[in-house]
Amino acid sequence: MFKIIQKTIRTGIVTKAYPAELAHISEHFRGRPSNDSREVTVDYGLCVFCGLCAEASSDKAVRITQEFELATKNRRNLVLTAEYTLNADRTHRQLGTVRRGSGSVETDAKIVGQKARETIHKVLGRSLAIREVDAGSCNGCEVEIVALNNPIHDIERFGIQFAASPRHADMLLVTGPVTRNMELALLKTYRAMPEPKVVVAVGACGISGGIFGENYASLGGVDKVLPVDVYIPGCPPRPQALIHGILLAVGRLGEKLYHERGR
Amino acid sequence: MSTFFEALQQKFGAQVQSMSAEREQEVYLHVGDPDIRALVEYLRNEFQARLVTVFAEDRRSAEGVFFNYYVLEGKGDPRYLIVRAPVRADHPEFPSLSAQLPAVNWQEREIQDWFGLKAAGHPNPRRVALHDNWPDVHPLRKDFPLETLLPPFEGERHIYRPALGEGVFQVPVGPVHAGTIEPGHFNFAVAGEPILYLQLRMFYTHKGTEKLFEKLPIPKAVFLAESISGDSSFSHGTAFCQAIERVAQMEVPLRARIMRTILLELERICNHVADIGAIATDVGFVIANAHASRLKEMLASLNEQLTGNRLLRGMVCVGGVRRGWDAVQLVSLRAAIDAFASEFQDLIALIDSSESTRDRLELTGVLRPEKARDLGIVGVAGRASGMDLDVRRDHPYAAYGRYSFRVPVYQIGDVSHRMQVRVDEVNESLGILRSAAEESLHGEFCTQVPPISADRCALSAVEGWRGEIIHWIRTGPDNHLERCKINDPSLNNWPALVEAVQGNIIADFPVINKSFNLSYSGTDR
Repeated sequence: MFKIIQKTIRTGIVTKAYPAELAHISEHFRGRPSNDSREVTVDYGLCVFCGLCAEASSDKAVRITQEFELATKNRRNLVLTAEYTLNADRTHRQLGTVRRGSGSVETDAKIVGQKARETIHKVLGRSLAIREVDAGSCNGCEVEIVALNNPIHDIERFGIQFAASPRHADMLLVTGPVTRNMELALLKTYRAMPEPKVVVAVGACGISGGIFGENYASLGGVDKVLPVDVYIPGCPPRPQALIHGILLAVGRLGEKLYHERGR
Repeated sequence: MSTFFEALQQKFGAQVQSMSAEREQEVYLHVGDPDIRALVEYLRNEFQARLVTVFAEDRRSAEGVFFNYYVLEGKGDPRYLIVRAPVRADHPEFPSLSAQLPAVNWQEREIQDWFGLKAAGHPNPRRVALHDNWPDVHPLRKDFPLETLLPPFEGERHIYRPALGEGVFQVPVGPVHAGTIEPGHFNFAVAGEPILYLQLRMFYTHKGTEKLFEKLPIPKAVFLAESISGDSSFSHGTAFCQAIERVAQMEVPLRARIMRTILLELERICNHVADIGAIATDVGFVIANAHASRLKEMLASLNEQLTGNRLLRGMVCVGGVRRGWDAVQLVSLRAAIDAFASEFQDLIALIDSSESTRDRLELTGVLRPEKARDLGIVGVAGRASGMDLDVRRDHPYAAYGRYSFRVPVYQIGDVSHRMQVRVDEVNESLGILRSAAEESLHGEFCTQVPPISADRCALSAVEGWRGEIIHWIRTGPDNHLERCKINDPSLNNWPALVEAVQGNIIADFPVINKSFNLSYSGTDR
């Protein structure tokens, strides 16, 4: 009897803590066969277009294009997931399927609101007054928005002007992550605008909070505070990308959904 | 240096503890007590030292105390002297310098708000960096997590100084302004048309930038540095990379240093020409702005050709620059410099030909040199008011040591002279650009980054187009930072605007404000 107890104590605890801890598995073990593919997700609503992803993928799984007309009415369209098949050395062999979407699901109320706004676009179509609000940007987006009024981009050729007062505005063009200190001013500006009105979120920060994200001082993207009709990616979006997004918001241009070469 | 230290010891005894030269341009003086008023006074009188910036650091977990850092610069001395003074954790208070040195007014209050260290004796100790309706938090303390969710905003509670008297009104403006500019609140007290005084409230775009630097791995933090103030992306990016390079004791290849110099100067002329146009607009000379913004667009296209981005983003990196330039790019650069130079002369001739424009700009918004000195005004605004400062000349970096240029300084300090400084600087920059673009750009454009050791400090300064940009860092483990202090010249220069508008008519405020053109984001971070 004593020997049995002694043996038990000497052996100690042998039970493994799985699943609290990872199972220890031999490298020779044969588990799930993988089809050797990899998924890569890019969120253009977060991207600052630094190009490091293309530099890091020596096998050209990601390449930089000259395309910039990325504005969309649906935040989910900015999230692209690509599936690649892999070579034996884990480099990319072939691009498989590309999916749009994931991210937060639109609520019904928001979709109904969007439909209502689409009829509004018909009303606002030709002439448009824009009120710009910097809700916390680094001023990079402002540099490009100001450029819309220069003789090269001249947004007035579309009958579009910037208004000094929100009471004269049809469109609210918002940049920056919405800071805690600007939330109220942004809301007040929006409320001061007459109906019908549209809201456009500009740049990575306006779409998602960008590099600043959400923190003690930043609430994140504009749609955390206001219903957003159109998102214009970029850091900052170049003037032509802004023009595309503004014209998209009033129904004068369509969305350009760039199609990746699929299987 | 040792005689300097001995002299200090003789004068201040045990208060000055030790001195260490971290690197050639950076000397740290460790003192034992947070009261450094006499020391700073002595340095200012004996060495004509200028207080560049003041900031704090939470070192409670490593050294049991907070530290205040006072960065000083002596006239004609290429070194920065950094006085480091402990502030006790159980008695978080330090004597304020603001009464004798109004230049540190906002910086000390920022320390109060962000670190919870009281600036005792501050003449106006109210909150500046956190608005009045914030709860009692100190976000840059180490025990305050970046992602903290604070209770919702509960409306304005800031009380402006009242303006009383017959016919005296207060005119509140902002934070949302009439034009496409950044948010800030201006409260004018006016008697008829003239402005009696202006109260400012900034930090509407505060987005936790300095705290966020403590979270990001260094290569990614470069992009955050580029987003401190979008119009100064390359200057802030370069200032940040230089700080890391100093910690890592890296030699940046000459080719990269020349390329950085070219891009820094392109950023300068791009913003200067835009400002010249905007000043003309604000006095009703719109056609001049049409030409100026056309010239700016020329440069934005050149920027894109050289770096892939109109704001020069995504080009600078720790160790150099991310891409070299081929022959075609260099040809575009040289052609653009020549085309711009001739167009720029035409633009200035056009503005000079308008007497009504000159009339509106001359003696408008005057900042007198003695005020500029007291308030510690830097950059374009400082040079228009007698402050003979330029980091490129006084603390050479990148490849500035290779080129000769003049630093324009005027004493009048009106809108017209702030514009003239810009005109002169564009011409000087064109000279630098011509010489730099003729250099043979061969060899490496980036060096390998060695492992970056933890707990090392470095200061880096860049003359951005607005003025002196300072980054100070302390590295942490795993390629992260412990602390990153950013000083954009805008923070120093806002008090100059308050001073310059007094007595001017309110209709001239836009042009006076534009002649300073400060960055709200750079101020608020």
